[in-house]
Amino acid sequence: MSAPPAPPGARAGAAPRRPDAAWPALRWGLVAALLAFAAVFPLVFTSELVTQIAVDTLIFAGAAAAWNIFSGYSGYISLGHAVFFGAGAYTAAVAAQDWQISGAAEFLLMPVGAAVAALIAVPFGLVALRVRRHTFVVITIAVFFIFQLMAYNLSVTGGSVGINAPFLGWAPQTYNNPFYYLALIIAAGTTALSWLIRRSRFGLQLRAIRDDEDRARGLGVRAMRVKLAAFVISAVVMGLIGALWFFFIVQVLPQYGFNPLVDLSIALMAFLGGLGRVAGPVLGALLLEPGQQYLTLHYSNSYVSEIILGALFLLVILFLPRGILPFAEEQITAWRGRRADQGGRFSGTEPGGRPQQRAPAAGTPGGGAAR
Amino acid sequence: MGRELYRAIADGILGGGVYALMAVGLTLIFGVLDIINIAQGVLVVLAAYLSSVLSVHLHLDLFAGLLITIPAMFIAGVAIQWLFMRRLRGRERTSMSLLASYAVMIIIEGVLYLGFGPDYVALNAWYVTSTVRVFGFYLPYIYLFGFALAVLLVAGLYLALYRTKFGRSLRATMQDQVAARLIGIDVNRVAALAFGIGVAVTAVGGMVFGATNAFNPNSGYDLISRLLAIIILGGLGSIGGALAAAVFMTTVEAVVNIWSPTWSVVVFYAALVVVLTFRPAGLFGRRAVRAQ
Repeated sequence: MSAPPAPPGARAGAAPRRPDAAWPALRWGLVAALLAFAAVFPLVFTSELVTQIAVDTLIFAGAAAAWNIFSGYSGYISLGHAVFFGAGAYTAAVAAQDWQISGAAEFLLMPVGAAVAALIAVPFGLVALRVRRHTFVVITIAVFFIFQLMAYNLSVTGGSVGINAPFLGWAPQTYNNPFYYLALIIAAGTTALSWLIRRSRFGLQLRAIRDDEDRARGLGVRAMRVKLAAFVISAVVMGLIGALWFFFIVQVLPQYGFNPLVDLSIALMAFLGGLGRVAGPVLGALLLEPGQQYLTLHYSNSYVSEIILGALFLLVILFLPRGILPFAEEQITAWRGRRADQGGRFSGTEPGGRPQQRAPAAGTPGGGAAR
Repeated sequence: MGRELYRAIADGILGGGVYALMAVGLTLIFGVLDIINIAQGVLVVLAAYLSSVLSVHLHLDLFAGLLITIPAMFIAGVAIQWLFMRRLRGRERTSMSLLASYAVMIIIEGVLYLGFGPDYVALNAWYVTSTVRVFGFYLPYIYLFGFALAVLLVAGLYLALYRTKFGRSLRATMQDQVAARLIGIDVNRVAALAFGIGVAVTAVGGMVFGATNAFNPNSGYDLISRLLAIIILGGLGSIGGALAAAVFMTTVEAVVNIWSPTWSVVVFYAALVVVLTFRPAGLFGRRAVRAQ
């Protein structure tokens, strides 16, 4: 490889450029197709059970994408995001109860839930983001338990009885549809936001913190400010989603509002799809949530699905620690490299061209640009 | 008032012994392997169920049952390390280990639910029901026995760590894995043994916990969050710190409990948040924890 022999020629020059040219068209096509499919989904599948699972899936897709904006990009794994989810749900519940809001006007309370989540995120972040890695994870767990205990013990939350949502007198056949479209808007919006952040200077600063916080700080990244901003952004989305979830489930109880399985599920979805990737958490949610719902229905026993969820999580961490998307990209790149090899051999390029061709192709999507 | 305060402090110290034992296991695992074993809480509950099965079906005394549950939990620990933790590699190893052990916890919890159902269980024996007068308070004997056993085991662990060859190789591994390997320590063996010992202490913790509290498969969450608070407060990897933090936290909780039983648990975590605001590495933390 050290001595560059014969000139690679037109063929070798074109091969490394192709991924960059072909991927965006394919990606945007996929995104458009997926959005179009999602938009007509409840019109095609009208079964209440199917749309209910679809709403749950979209709720989790949005939550996982929001979690990924903070944890995926910054590398600070939070197992306390259910705090914001629960805060959104309880805020919507208490507000709807105290202000006696009923009917479709209740959805106007969602931003209030998001605002309260942001108000909680600032002090939470200021304390927790002072420590790194495992200590951070543990603090998020501790804060999560504080909030769950408060939900049980404060009088405003109704304790272990919980709070019921206002009654919506909608027809059962189309009851799920407004929830579906709201959840779709949140999930798509969060994914778009995640994409924008990833491309921005802010996203770059976050990923610099993930790779080496001390060095990033040395290069002038205001680490605390950047981390806190990402933390609050993802908390706001979680608050919105928590409020929507409450209206959908029609009731909030401490153990479901502040649910450790929500934390674990969204982390698992992001890990499964690809941590720190834009599409990763959405892919993970689309695969996992329907599967989990199916298992729960199939076994009619939440314990069995809990065991399967745990086992699945273990398998992902042990055998696919970087997630489906990075793994698939590596495979595609390797396949392309092999194909380019063969093409080169058949068209009679000099043997020296081979290794040189493979090097840039292998480095492009899986390596520098996409990571 | 004064009497109640004394009693709360006595409660806190006696209860703290058992938490100290469970937390020492957790911090030992972290110190050697850089792994936080989230499953520790549910393993305590598993051990409590084992004790319960042995005492109900085989009519074994709870303390005699430990002769079976301690080796069983040791094997469980070695198995978890061997099957799952050993395979984790790379920069994000510690975070991944948190998630992996979280998954192990969920699986064990689900299995316990399937096997025993959600009803609360309590361990029973004469020393659980009859009380003894200590410093003018009446306490079930189990508090004293459990505390004595915990102190004995922590002391034994301490001696094993500081007075034996195995302890020296274990501490060497805690300080620097690469250097330990270079001077001929079988790091993998030390890691497996450390994980085994760290989990084996849950056998005792589970028995005493089960005898002093009613438990169900869900109790693991409450336990692990307390244990995590304790080892973080004491400084990750510091055995003395875990001891001090365990006694400190349970005493604070017991004292607050005089005024408000519902909020005493929150104070437990609030103490953690307050301490970490001023000392991010915990009370006795090593600087390396912060630098990592």
